[in-house]
Amino acid sequence: MERNPLKPLTATALGLVMAAGMAAADENAELVINGDIEIVTRTAAPEHMEYIDEIRSGWTFRSDDTQAFQMDDFDNPGMIFVDAAQEVWDTADGAAGKSCADCHGAPEEGMAGVRAVYPKWNEAAGEVRTLEMQVNDCRENRMEAEPWKWDSGDMVNMTALISVQSRGLPVSVAIDGPAAETWAKGKEIYYTRYGQLELSCANCHEDNYDNLIRADHLSQGQINGFPTYRLKNAKLNSTHARFKGCIRDTRAETFSPGSPEFVALELYVASRGNGLSVEGPSVRN
Amino acid sequence: MKRATLTIASLIASAGLAVGAEVAPLDVTFEDGAVAQSLSGAAGDAANGRKVVSTKGLGNCVSCHAISEMADDVPFHGEVGPILDGVADRWSEAELRGIVANAKMTYDGTIMPAFYKTTGYIRPGDAYTGKAAKSDPLPPLLSAQQVEDVVAYLMTLKEE
Ligand code: HEC
Ligand code: HEC
Repeated sequence: MERNPLKPLTATALGLVMAAGMAAADENAELVINGDIEIVTRTAAPEHMEYIDEIRSGWTFRSDDTQAFQMDDFDNPGMIFVDAAQEVWDTADGAAGKSCADCHGAPEEGMAGVRAVYPKWNEAAGEVRTLEMQVNDCRENRMEAEPWKWDSGDMVNMTALISVQSRGLPVSVAIDGPAAETWAKGKEIYYTRYGQLELSCANCHEDNYDNLIRADHLSQGQINGFPTYRLKNAKLNSTHARFKGCIRDTRAETFSPGSPEFVALELYVASRGNGLSVEGPSVRN
Repeated sequence: MKRATLTIASLIASAGLAVGAEVAPLDVTFEDGAVAQSLSGAAGDAANGRKVVSTKGLGNCVSCHAISEMADDVPFHGEVGPILDGVADRWSEAELRGIVANAKMTYDGTIMPAFYKTTGYIRPGDAYTGKAAKSDPLPPLLSAQQVEDVVAYLMTLKEE
């Protein structure tokens, strides 16, 4: 609690916060998963960031208790869904009678480093693609199976399995070349003040990170930890589901998961985390 | 036909005046951010204002502002805006009314939402459903009387 820009939050209010089991985060804690995978949770902001010098994982803003869930895979409830996805990975589906494993081998080999560079420009398709889009492309065109819905359990679990293969690697999405246009569109959305509350992503996650908004300790809204297991709803949550929730909270009409707007926003927000480690599945409250 | 409509209209108008002339959101006049007249035409009720300020489904001002006077009975005060202790020493009633009605008229580009404003939004929603707004203009976040009640409460926050 050493950095508190608007200090005299009264001792009493603080006492209540503590009593409710929301002990302040230890901002200097270090995250090493399974005593082995070192996670960069704070680092210098990438060059394209204009207003922030240091980027921080959402993990650094959470309470000690919530932080602890992520230090060991046996304690991380998100790993149960990774196991479920491993089974699906190995199971044939669709008219072509193929599984993911048939083309990609074991996830540790076929998916190493993948999460860190998505969303990514796809030359053949002529568009920026998220992991979800790429997974469904494989399902439809190579497996001849039904695409998964963006927010279905199968899809979010699979993105968690893919993310695990990149844990500890720095996020490094490309924002130049053919991706530049989508990135600029995402940036515009990030700074647009939506809804009757007229709030942009930046109002909360750039201008006010580290401040409390009611009981919530605002983070930088980074997505290096996605998908995220939330204690609040006891499941894995996709990046786009989180975006949707945040826009809804401005009393706005949201965009849909998988919409071009959210794909662009995902690329832009991911790029704000270039340099942080891939962490997913992370644990948040 | 035309005359009949006019008569009915003037009847409604005078009936409206009798209960106190409420100023519609689009008709509020700001002078250097301040609003001189009561929006409801009536006085505010500070006790109800305290409730609006501290209740999540109402003003929920404490999501962004801490108020020491409420520390014991209202949990979780935010830190996004300044602490409101002594705010009546810093601003007049008209200025506070202007800040609550539309703080952007006092502070250019402020993060503080406008509580008595109904149009000019980007992708306005139907409250917190995430769906498109059902009407344009929207209902304001607070009614004219609620704004008056909040202002009456803020006027009690004196330190001197
Ligand atoms: C009214 C304030 C507000 C606005 C506006 C807002 N958010 Fe959030 N956001 C929150 C709160 C509160 C949380 C939960 C605490 C935290 O992690 O910051 C959160 C969490 C997040 C997270 C999860 C971070 C993690 O580590 O798990 C992401 C990602 C996020 N927001 C992105 C966005 C984006 C993108 C936008 C704009 C489209 C946005 N937010 C707009 C309040 C807001
Ligand atoms: C999303 C955040 C937010 C909410 C909600 C909010 N405010 Fe504010 N308020 C601010 C900020 C930030 C400022 C300071 C102006 C600035 O610098 O932009 C402010 C300024 C003020 C001031 C002037 C304070 C001073 O010390 O001079 C008053 C009075 C005030 N707000 C009252 C209210 C009331 C009453 C409500 C609810 C009906 C409310 N606010 C809701 C963010 C908020």
